[in-house]
Amino acid sequence: MNEPFPHLRDQVYDGTGVKLGMWLFLFSEIMFFGMLFLLYAVYRTRHDAAFHAAALNMDTAIGTLNTAVLLTSSLFMALSVHAIRDGRKRLTEIFLSITIVLGISFLVIKSFEWLAHFQHGLYPGSPVLLRLGKGEIMFFGLYYVMTGLHGIHVFIGVAVLSVMLVLIHTGKIDKTRFAALENAGLYWHLVDIIWIFLFPLFYLIK
Amino acid sequence: MENNTNDTGGMGYLDKTANGRGILAWILSTDHKRIGLLYAIVMFSFFAVAVSIGFTMRLALIEPGHKILSAQTYDALFTIHGVIMIFIFIIPSIPAFLGNFFLPILIGAKDVAFPRLNLLSWYVFVIGAVLAMVSLFTGGGPIDTGWTFYVPYSIQTGTNVTLAAFSVFLIGFSSMLTGINFITTIHRYRAPGMKWFRMPLFAWSLYATGWVQILATPVIAITLLLIIAGRVFGIYLFDPASGGDPLLYQHLFWMYSHPAVYIMILPAMGVVTEIIPTFSKKPIFGYTAIAMSSLAIAFFGSLVWGHHMFTSGMSQTAKWLFSLLTFIVAVPSGVKVFNWVASLYGGSIELEPPLLFTFAFIFLFSIGGFTGLMQGALAVDVQVHDTYFVVGHLHYVMFGGTAFALFAGIHYWFPKMFGKMYNKNVAKLALLVMFIGFNTLYFPMFVLGWEGMPRRSYDYLPQFHTGQLISIIGSWILVPGLIIMFANLIYALFKGPKAPANPWGGVTLEWKIPSPPPRENFREIPVITERPYIFNTGAGNE
Ligand code: HEM
Ligand SMILES: [Cu+2]
Repeated sequence: MNEPFPHLRDQVYDGTGVKLGMWLFLFSEIMFFGMLFLLYAVYRTRHDAAFHAAALNMDTAIGTLNTAVLLTSSLFMALSVHAIRDGRKRLTEIFLSITIVLGISFLVIKSFEWLAHFQHGLYPGSPVLLRLGKGEIMFFGLYYVMTGLHGIHVFIGVAVLSVMLVLIHTGKIDKTRFAALENAGLYWHLVDIIWIFLFPLFYLIK
Repeated sequence: MENNTNDTGGMGYLDKTANGRGILAWILSTDHKRIGLLYAIVMFSFFAVAVSIGFTMRLALIEPGHKILSAQTYDALFTIHGVIMIFIFIIPSIPAFLGNFFLPILIGAKDVAFPRLNLLSWYVFVIGAVLAMVSLFTGGGPIDTGWTFYVPYSIQTGTNVTLAAFSVFLIGFSSMLTGINFITTIHRYRAPGMKWFRMPLFAWSLYATGWVQILATPVIAITLLLIIAGRVFGIYLFDPASGGDPLLYQHLFWMYSHPAVYIMILPAMGVVTEIIPTFSKKPIFGYTAIAMSSLAIAFFGSLVWGHHMFTSGMSQTAKWLFSLLTFIVAVPSGVKVFNWVASLYGGSIELEPPLLFTFAFIFLFSIGGFTGLMQGALAVDVQVHDTYFVVGHLHYVMFGGTAFALFAGIHYWFPKMFGKMYNKNVAKLALLVMFIGFNTLYFPMFVLGWEGMPRRSYDYLPQFHTGQLISIIGSWILVPGLIIMFANLIYALFKGPKAPANPWGGVTLEWKIPSPPPRENFREIPVITERPYIFNTGAGNE
């Protein structure tokens, strides 16, 4: 009687179901950011010239660097999923660690970028911003909301990947059951893709 | 399946020896049945609070010019009433309670796909609900924006909108996780042989609902976060002074909140679709049409949000398009009503409480639906927008529709959930009282609204007195009806006679296992060989 319902414990491991659940979650993430892109589209149409002017405050070099960092991290993410499939634990851990480090680097670079904007007086409600036009205020409002929420997603991603690292190390994730790692990967790629859209919309429209 | 000899004492999942004692055995349980009941407890506690508030609001309007409640108090009351009823009661109601309990059983599964995520969803829900209450006593006090949180007022008001919006965000997150769980469960955990078109229709309705929960909820999530961003960080994306547009807020809000109406009503339709065949001993008429109309409602329902904004400012083209689409959504809803009636036709009808509740549902929901169509017509909407007509309509749909279907489902599945039977005569009496009270309370609101009585008003002109008075008396009938119903059920929970495993002669899977169901539902996963609702009476079987 100490194991009342043993068959519940060893319910077959359903990797497909786990991944399906993740995809559904990603759909909801797409709707979430999708609404912000919708707002962006409307306001950009209304304040075309001002958005253009405001984008001149963006440092394309840093933006490009960050894009490269995130894309590379996605590559290593994919490699680590590949490695676990082959059962190469050590390699998986190395690739995953690189992904995490790159994720953190993205956040660090992004914070410096935000700090630089703040130093130029370009923060919400700042006198500098208020002196600029409505379109500029909208541009920076959207910029902070969208890159901010994206940053939070990167942060969560880094946390999730760190947990994955522990799970791999302790053997909870191995080549027979790695859907969790695949899911973390899917999430990481989504975060990456969102950035791929944010980058041109804020940096490359000058 | 019948030989569940190990199910100690016949208490199934409720058994204390096998499942552990005390509250921890409940709030740490990943059993979908226990989680369903956990939702029920929280939901109904809040329901009681919100009903009391509604009752108070009615009472305060007993005579024109008296201003028993100040404008500020009345604003706070209808806002809290609305927020609780919508987000804490009616949106989770059927899916999170009856859905959690019965979805796995109906499709022959041992649990939902992600049991631990299911428990987590409950915690997120409870934290959200508690924070909503905390918001009443902290910050600037009870919010006064209405449950719609319209900008610019929701940004400007000194009341505690920030915390309240965050709590609704959390509750929405929980609802979305439940949707993910249900859809995965339906895709992956159907019993062998249970093809898509052999699923009970309640499962179909939860499937359609799940998609709405997944795709629409993030829209309200971001909308609420933008209100918080406006209040906390001064990033106010809807402020005309800085190039924003408050109308966009309304668009985003209703892009969620209209589909949310389908999160409320689709599961309700699913519940009555289970009940009708059992009490007419006949297969449901038009199985495929009902299943597909759920999906059609979910799809078209996502395209009609603009009908809430006819008077807010929209192009003429947008107006007639939204109006047209609104009329189109009514078609699949009508399909269902006709199918229900046709399913009853020629059946051997047993007028048990669940079926009577279902009749009340069909009647009240039809009135709600028709008045909804009236508001979907452009010219009429200009007249009735923001009047008591809308208040009448929304109560007919949500209360008369969803809540009555929830009550029907509870009376249907009560013996299964607890292995006890309630007093059927008292249940019928409660229904009669509630039905009379409900119509006395809300029908006059249509007339009042038509004559121009504005909603959300703490006082009114003397010409509305008669209507208001009738409506107030209605609340004095309705609330006792609710009390009788709940008292009857709670009494049965403790003192009710033992119910057999299949008191109604139902044929779906839940009636083939003991009451209350064993912890793992099925000792052996059943194999499905035919469509649901096949009764051995010979009548009309396919
Ligand atoms: C005995 C039960 C109830 C009573 C007496 C009652 C009464 C009221 C009253 C007096 C109002 C305010 C009308 C106004 O001045 O505009 C109201 C609004 C509302 N009620 Fe109820 N109600 C009850 C149950 C319900 C239920 C079950 C639901 C939903 C499932 C619900 C949802 C709402 C909503 C959404 C509003 C609009 C709030 C707003 O304008 O922000 N009510 N109700
Ligand atoms: Cu609507």
